[in-house]
Amino acid sequence: MTAASDMMGGRSATTAPAAIELRGISKAFGPVQANRNINLNVPKGTIHGIIGENGAGKSTLMSILYGFYKPDSGQVLVNGQPISIADSQTAIRAGIGMVFQHFKLVQNFTVLENIILGVEDGALLRPSLSKARGVLKQLAAEYQLNVDPDEVIENLSVGHQQRVEILKALYRQADILILDEPTGVLTPAEADHLFRILEGLRDEGKTIILITHKLREIMDITDDVSVMRRGEMVASVKTSETSPEHLAELMVGRKVLLNVEKTPAAPAAPAAPVLEVRNLTMTDDEGVQRLRGIDLDIRAGEILGIAGVSGNGQTMLLEILGGYPPKGSKVAGEIRMNGQPLPIGGRGCDAAQRRRAGIGHIPEDRQVEGLIMDFAAWENVAFGYQDAPEFTKGMLMDNAAIKADAEAKMERFDVRPRNANLAARNFSGGNQQKIVVAREIERNPDLLLIGQPTRGVDIGAIEFIHKRIIELRDAGKAILLVSVELDEILALSDRITVMFDGRIMGERLPENTTTGELGLLMAGVTDTAHTPDDAGIPPESAHVETLPQEPA
Amino acid sequence: MDKMPKWADVILTPLISLVLAMAISALVILAIGESPVMAMKTMVEGALGSSYGWGFTLYYATNFIFTGLAVMVAYHASLFNIGGEGQAAMGGLGVALVLLYLPLPHWAIALPVAMIGAAAFGAAWAFIPAYLQAKRGSHIVITTIMFNFIAAAALNYVLVNKLRPVGSMDPASARFPESTHLPALTDIFAGLGMEWGKNTPVNVTFLIAVLACLLVWLLIWRTKLGYEIRVLGKSEPGAVYAGISPVKITVIAMLISGGLAGLMAINNVMGESERLVLNAVEGAGFIGIAVALMGRNHPFGILLAALLFGFLYQGGGELALWTSIPRELIVVIQALVILFTGALDNMVRMPLERLFLSMRRTNGGAK
Repeated sequence: MTAASDMMGGRSATTAPAAIELRGISKAFGPVQANRNINLNVPKGTIHGIIGENGAGKSTLMSILYGFYKPDSGQVLVNGQPISIADSQTAIRAGIGMVFQHFKLVQNFTVLENIILGVEDGALLRPSLSKARGVLKQLAAEYQLNVDPDEVIENLSVGHQQRVEILKALYRQADILILDEPTGVLTPAEADHLFRILEGLRDEGKTIILITHKLREIMDITDDVSVMRRGEMVASVKTSETSPEHLAELMVGRKVLLNVEKTPAAPAAPAAPVLEVRNLTMTDDEGVQRLRGIDLDIRAGEILGIAGVSGNGQTMLLEILGGYPPKGSKVAGEIRMNGQPLPIGGRGCDAAQRRRAGIGHIPEDRQVEGLIMDFAAWENVAFGYQDAPEFTKGMLMDNAAIKADAEAKMERFDVRPRNANLAARNFSGGNQQKIVVAREIERNPDLLLIGQPTRGVDIGAIEFIHKRIIELRDAGKAILLVSVELDEILALSDRITVMFDGRIMGERLPENTTTGELGLLMAGVTDTAHTPDDAGIPPESAHVETLPQEPA
Repeated sequence: MDKMPKWADVILTPLISLVLAMAISALVILAIGESPVMAMKTMVEGALGSSYGWGFTLYYATNFIFTGLAVMVAYHASLFNIGGEGQAAMGGLGVALVLLYLPLPHWAIALPVAMIGAAAFGAAWAFIPAYLQAKRGSHIVITTIMFNFIAAAALNYVLVNKLRPVGSMDPASARFPESTHLPALTDIFAGLGMEWGKNTPVNVTFLIAVLACLLVWLLIWRTKLGYEIRVLGKSEPGAVYAGISPVKITVIAMLISGGLAGLMAINNVMGESERLVLNAVEGAGFIGIAVALMGRNHPFGILLAALLFGFLYQGGGELALWTSIPRELIVVIQALVILFTGALDNMVRMPLERLFLSMRRTNGGAK
């Protein structure tokens, strides 16, 4: 072939053209340079990881590949052919398929209907449906992508919905699959299964680009890895020739401690627990029981971690403890703080009352609850503490005092940029979270509720936030930590409980348990006594199908 | 990072919108065979060329300041109060009842009492939609609109059947007692030995309106209540997390909003007509929406926007008087200004933002 001789010099002429090659891609949004002169080479039949902190430009780059954005400059080559991807249709025709972090499925359509959506062969649906059914059967056999084609999407577990997304791409004859943070919503077992599927696809000659911020996944499954930092591609290496520590350093630009240094907990031994929860139940406005009898004790000076796939009641537990049960829900049970019963509903049960009782709360969603995004950073420092006497002067709020306090907090927590007048929205995720953490920790609460402290937070800030949490514990405070990141739970907690379907499945000590065991508990399997360390997938992972919802 | 400097956002955007509205108005005037230059001259001279013109412009502006502030306070709690018209009408009823039935020897005493009456009736009229929104989730836009009609009908009934003096053929209340008449600004100037604005309706209420701008600014940006209102306006889950009761704040914000709309009655009912007449509000409640939009929901902006609309009202009246431009066309011009400054705001804003961004980029590149 003459095409081979056209290849640029310096590259071996014998290699087949890369599945995807990017040359000098740049993209700016206003003054922000999201991608700067990106070069990327993804050989055919490999799994290529792209890793980087939030805002490093990963998603922008993939959006360019899928035709959502047009690059300012640079060239995209698919299978050696330069193409200009103007929209997602072009990308699909070029054989590129994308699995988004947030699935794009019609919830009340069946799997089959979702798969043919947009590629129907004519005005009548029946022929396309039966054709799709055949193709689906074949794909299922080939890649272990089992899903019932006639099941409605909303009845499927998250893991299965993701499979439908993959099937959708394959049905459109994608040779190159891009997956954006695919494991964020999966249990460890589901993630393992996904990786097996991906490996199967690679062995069939498909090319896979995996975008993630989890180093462990990169090490587990990818062949090559590219690291992005601040819009630039800082390294492309073979996975086998690198280490997590090295990748983290490349991502952040400095050395990072991946493991939190902490001494064993020193809970105030005999004293009564700070927080006691007894037989807490909650029924939501649709009559579905979401918490089914929660019992918890947290003593001063310890961190209790609650692991679990999101949506199994952790959010409601935090909200009830924080003083604001979901609208229309019925709550029963008992909550005692320092021995005093707390109201769990009706009058007197609100977040302000909880704060007076000495409970701080770092909410799961900082953008909706933890911060007012349009407010300046300094205004957010008074958020939730607008009643505090030190922020009040006569009838007015003492803005000068709030500002001074905000500036001091930003200094101590290294919030960047150090500008208290900037709206919260203009800080990066990590710095936003630091503002919330500073506000709640520096109130020195007896009990701190923490939900997903490091979701969407870059590695550098994670390290910092973890340190502060440990410091608060060492100062003799009780901490309840809810996280879907098992690594985080394992690293921080002194005791770990696992929630599944509104119940506490069991309690483990971090030094005596494994990710595999916790993963089984998270999936609702309690018989974990004899599970080996590297337990892969529980029997068929069928139990996941019956996740939280239960008919009223 | 903000997309463009604050001055461009607050001053330049409305100004360009205004110029565009004027340009299209000029085309419309040309199309009916009149001279836009002459029309503009008539308007400016009629509204701003004499103290007489100013007297009317400021009178109208006073109305718009109150209704604009009313829309603004509700807006900061992310409530769209379209009911300013009805609340101001009810405020008028409050003023009339207070002045007709309470013995008030002097205007300085009558004024605060009438203000309480006006604000209380306006607030009460806003309370029901507020309560329905807070507790039942009935959309406040729908309920406040409906309450405008109810207010109009109720006032009709009260004026015709209850407040109309025996033997009068006019659906209006009796005149308020002499002792309660508010001093017009022209009287105050006369007291200082100056002649200003003879026979114009602008009165001390204008000063109260300016003071109200200041107080509302303090309320929204300096008090805890204002903080809580703004939090609720930005994020209800955020408010709940911060221990702020959405029900309570929704009701309070609407009470303040309705009270401000009601206060407008001090100007038109107590200050100008000195009795309660049918349809006393004359659409000022709706103009308040445009004023708040154009004033970027900031009291200072509302003051300026109210002056602009006062100018349009007075200038439009002059236009109808001195030229053959029909009255309807003046409404068209006013509508164009509302359309461009309110509804089509983004049409000007977007290109402007892009311009500033590209300017910043080239500047950044040069460094």
